[in-house]
Amino acid sequence: MRIRLRVWRQRGPDVPGKFEVYELEDVSPDWSFLEMLDVLNLRLVREGKEPIAFESDCREGICGTCGFMINGRAHGPLKGTTVCQLHMRHFSDGETITVEPFRARAFPVIRDLVVDRSALDAIMQEGGYISTNVGSAPDANSIPVSRWAASRAFDFATCIGCGACVAACPNGSASLFLGAKVSHLMLLPQGGPERKRRIRKMLIAMEALGFGGCSNTYACEAECPKEISVEAIARMYREAWRAMFSHSEE
Amino acid sequence: MAGAGWETGSALWEEAREPLTNNKIPPGALPDKWTHYKNTVPLVSPANKRKFTVIVVGTGLAGASAAATLAQLGYQVVVFTYHDSPRRAHSIAAQGGINAAKNYQNDGDSVWRLFYDTIKGGDFRAREANVYRLAEISPQIIDYCVAIGVPFAREYGGLLANRSFGGVLVQRTFYARGQTGQQLLLGAYSQLMRWVHAGQVRLYPRHEMLDVVMIDGHARGVIVRDLRTGEIRRFAAHAVILATGGYGNIYFLSTNAKMSNATAIWRAYRRGAYFGNPSFVQVHPTAIPQASHYQSKLTLMSESLRNDGRIWVPKKKGDTRPPEEIPPEERWYFLEEWYPAYGNLVPRDIGARAIKKVCDMGYGLPPTGRAVYLDLRDAVERLGRETIEARYGNLFDMYERITGERPPDVPLRIYPAVHYTMGGLWVDYELMTTIPGLYALGEANFSDHGANRLGASALMQGLSDGYFIIPYTIGAYLSQFLREPLPDTEHRAFREAEEQVRARLEKLKSVGGKTPPDEFHMRLGKILWDYVGISRNAEGLKKALSEIRALRDEFWRDVRVLGDVQDFNQELEKANRISDFLELAELMTIDALHREESCGCHFREEYQTEEGEPLRRDDLFAYVAAWEYQGEGKPPRLHKEPLEFEAVKPTVRSYK
Repeated sequence: MRIRLRVWRQRGPDVPGKFEVYELEDVSPDWSFLEMLDVLNLRLVREGKEPIAFESDCREGICGTCGFMINGRAHGPLKGTTVCQLHMRHFSDGETITVEPFRARAFPVIRDLVVDRSALDAIMQEGGYISTNVGSAPDANSIPVSRWAASRAFDFATCIGCGACVAACPNGSASLFLGAKVSHLMLLPQGGPERKRRIRKMLIAMEALGFGGCSNTYACEAECPKEISVEAIARMYREAWRAMFSHSEE
Repeated sequence: MAGAGWETGSALWEEAREPLTNNKIPPGALPDKWTHYKNTVPLVSPANKRKFTVIVVGTGLAGASAAATLAQLGYQVVVFTYHDSPRRAHSIAAQGGINAAKNYQNDGDSVWRLFYDTIKGGDFRAREANVYRLAEISPQIIDYCVAIGVPFAREYGGLLANRSFGGVLVQRTFYARGQTGQQLLLGAYSQLMRWVHAGQVRLYPRHEMLDVVMIDGHARGVIVRDLRTGEIRRFAAHAVILATGGYGNIYFLSTNAKMSNATAIWRAYRRGAYFGNPSFVQVHPTAIPQASHYQSKLTLMSESLRNDGRIWVPKKKGDTRPPEEIPPEERWYFLEEWYPAYGNLVPRDIGARAIKKVCDMGYGLPPTGRAVYLDLRDAVERLGRETIEARYGNLFDMYERITGERPPDVPLRIYPAVHYTMGGLWVDYELMTTIPGLYALGEANFSDHGANRLGASALMQGLSDGYFIIPYTIGAYLSQFLREPLPDTEHRAFREAEEQVRARLEKLKSVGGKTPPDEFHMRLGKILWDYVGISRNAEGLKKALSEIRALRDEFWRDVRVLGDVQDFNQELEKANRISDFLELAELMTIDALHREESCGCHFREEYQTEEGEPLRRDDLFAYVAAWEYQGEGKPPRLHKEPLEFEAVKPTVRSYK
């Protein structure tokens, strides 16, 4: 296959970036998108040119390290797939592909396609956990959890924290990310005692970190590589309302 | 016996005169050792814990759980990860599950059986006391993970579900669909975030550890590089914990993540920490076969598929018919034939070798001849499509994304791939390396899996080390230093270590050659896979040694590292890791050469029975090989830690 790549190159957060064009011959349809970039980078290094900075690690769609925009879509055109699992057989010979970083106010560019997503960790620090110490847990079977609840909790817990939902959202909102964590924990009895505190603190943090609000475009759900449902956002707001009408110290 | 000089006339290794015995195994009968240890280990008061700083490198299962738990106890914890977030570590990719001796299925499981299965699975090359402790702790891990919200699979009654894994006859594996590692890691990560928020953990993402700092023979800090800016920084502590994972990525093509590397443990080795059994590398039987030359990694298909899947090849060599057109009587279910008791559920080393063997015999699937079928169609008939989809649906999705084919309608094509390293830094019962104050946890140490790890045991070990062992054992060391202030990072040892790190990075950059670092990595991987892979022999290992040395020389003559040391520079990161792989590869090869027996993953062709089964030589090799660095260009020194089996009798492992 022949592929023409337009890639966003940017040296740092405060330096303007621009697109550069690379022509690739002999792209194998069996390569993943990242393997194509690997091959291009080998060529660039041999030519003494700075390789394209991008991040990846597990390359099996679970670590959440990779991610950028391909033709304007987070992780590219294939539903439920991270960039590392996207293979070139889904593109056509001679195609021009535009590649640029996830763009959001809360994700400053570090270099080329690498962005800083530490704001997602900062949201988690506010309450994305159950405060239980090692050593004090009861027997695992002492609290039954319905098969449905465990399975639904898993559906939300499967979030890989890649930030695609934020990049896809016109408001740069992390509502799907936050909603997924809140939904995971509220569906389990173990998550009950902290639910009001959790939602209050996490929502405030999301706003303070530069993420926007939700205006129901559902772009996040469409681009989420783990296909997490916007039901997470509905649940998140329900949690917020519930917390609002409860005793504030609870 | 020292390593014979086969080429240069100089020995490949030296041997220490005294056996290595200071492993701190507590006294008493096997089931009482850990209890005895916990009852007698010195404790550190809460007021004093506050005064101690502990560095944790790595945020996988072992690192995140250790950091969170030490913070919970009141220690000041400083955490480094080279990832952009602590949630990315490769523990996240573990699919199948985590073992625990809960006996919820009432099928005869017990702590003793989990212990026995693990030590037998490791082909009697692990320490009894460590393995027993692991089995003993396992039920608590499940309790804690459930309490912090890990959504394990459940039965309709609301209680936990189990499945079975290779090498065992009971159902003791807990799982969260095919993403158990992810859910356990996110659990540990959530606790880490909790303690970051509480100010008890200082977290440094995008920081890579490049050296251990030693003061008066003790580990007292680290040198790290801020990967964002290239700045080299010093951090002091009273103790340092390495939880930096395994080095399977040395083969280039493996199921490991792209950034997984050996640098932290290799730098510790060069500072004096012994390296245990470096050649013990697990090759997993069921990965998706390589499809193209520039393929960057191999993707695992969880071992849990072997619960319901049957492995076969056509009886006719080179049969090009599609699998559904090959009638059952023309299929060769070679695992079921060779190992009737365990069948498709033999341990990983045996499965991987059997698959390679049928492919070497010419029965591999066309066109490459390097693949066999893993077929779930019988299970679909038996249990229904819905059940099979519920169990493995996400694995099928992954297989389809990579290959374009969707099981279970078509069988999966699989082939073995490097997966896990049982070898790692030698540690004693307290998980301390031979450097006082330096600990190694999880896959970074050598401790519990002997010569072969059973499925669903890596997650168990990582969390056992981090949540339940290090919080106790670190007190034994720290309690000796109650009045010791935090070392000054202006100390000469810090300045020198920083200078060495800087000089090494500058040297990499100044080579100014033509070849990108990755090319060397691919070539190194090929040498290791060919000669230090599933089966090994003396001739091949010697060949590997000279090829590795030649490649290393070429690397230092011809590598091209663009960009600056004091800047974001992914090429420099890679080159530095590869330069350490090039050294470690030699030690792995020497270790494989010296061990003149077959055990677990280590199959030496010279040592097999007439039926082709591995021949273990307990009279000569029932020991841990702990290697000591002796300096640049000098042969490493071999220390032997004898393995004494008091509770079990090493038998010939039979899965027939």
